[in-house]
Amino acid sequence: MVKRSFVFLCLAIMTLAAPAFALQPPAGQTEFVPISQLPPAEQLPAAPLLVGAYAFVWLGLMVYMWSIWRRLGKVEADMRALERRGSKGSSVR
Amino acid sequence: MRKLFAPLLIVTAAMFVYAPVMIAQAPYESTMLLIQKIFYFHVPSWIAMYGAIFVCGIESAIFLFRRKPSAERVASAAAELAVLFGLFGLVTGPLWGRKAWGVWWQWDARLTTSLLLELIFVGYLLVRKYGGPGSDKLAAAIGIFGMANVPFVYKSVDIWRTVHPQTSVVPLLLTSAPGMAAPFAFCAMAFILLLVLLLALRVGLEHQRAALDQLYLAEE
Repeated sequence: MVKRSFVFLCLAIMTLAAPAFALQPPAGQTEFVPISQLPPAEQLPAAPLLVGAYAFVWLGLMVYMWSIWRRLGKVEADMRALERRGSKGSSVR
Repeated sequence: MRKLFAPLLIVTAAMFVYAPVMIAQAPYESTMLLIQKIFYFHVPSWIAMYGAIFVCGIESAIFLFRRKPSAERVASAAAELAVLFGLFGLVTGPLWGRKAWGVWWQWDARLTTSLLLELIFVGYLLVRKYGGPGSDKLAAAIGIFGMANVPFVYKSVDIWRTVHPQTSVVPLLLTSAPGMAAPFAFCAMAFILLLVLLLALRVGLEHQRAALDQLYLAEE
């Protein structure tokens, strides 16, 4: 009986202590690791960042050109409307 | 300028189409490898922004001291382009920094002063749009103040300790890495031509708006 209780107690302690052992921090890094030798999981891919940068500039330029074109169109439409109004006013007089 | 506009548009478009080919053929930098190629659009964006700021500052001074309304229109157009090219620099920089430095942003002297310069010109545009009567003079003063900040932003990397490379890096390219210097010069020229082109378009819009205002005033 005593022997069985002792085994049960040991098992219980091991079960409870297991997560604590699992959560122990890894041993501290003692030397410099070049970025090219990092494990694949820790490496940040360059291509999406590079493509993102160039795509942002291209898209930004296109949106800006479109906004200028739209604003020019609006001003020209206002001018035409004003001219039409002016010609109608002079014909009424 | 109208005669030059079409050839300028064709040359600039051709340069922007050919730029990726030159960038792809440029040699890799030994430590940063692929991500360093952001350099070919990042630095020219800042060159174009500084160019736009100088145009804005000089035209603002002409407007304030000589009372030329056309100068105010050019300054206003240039301020908008300064914000556009500054935005390109502020977005491409963190994308490069995330890989090269491990962080998106660092509150160091160069990055912070660049952000403040961008905000000064955003302020210029806000004053010009919502400031009401007399805002043109206030905006012109902001334009001159913004231009006065450029040397501090440029030299900040040499004066203070920052993570950003110093100003000597770009001149060194010409001697140490001719393979990188040619695509860089090509992209810088493409951005300068783009600045001239967009400025011409934007100034044209400002002139048309001024003509429209005159028509409204004549009608009243």
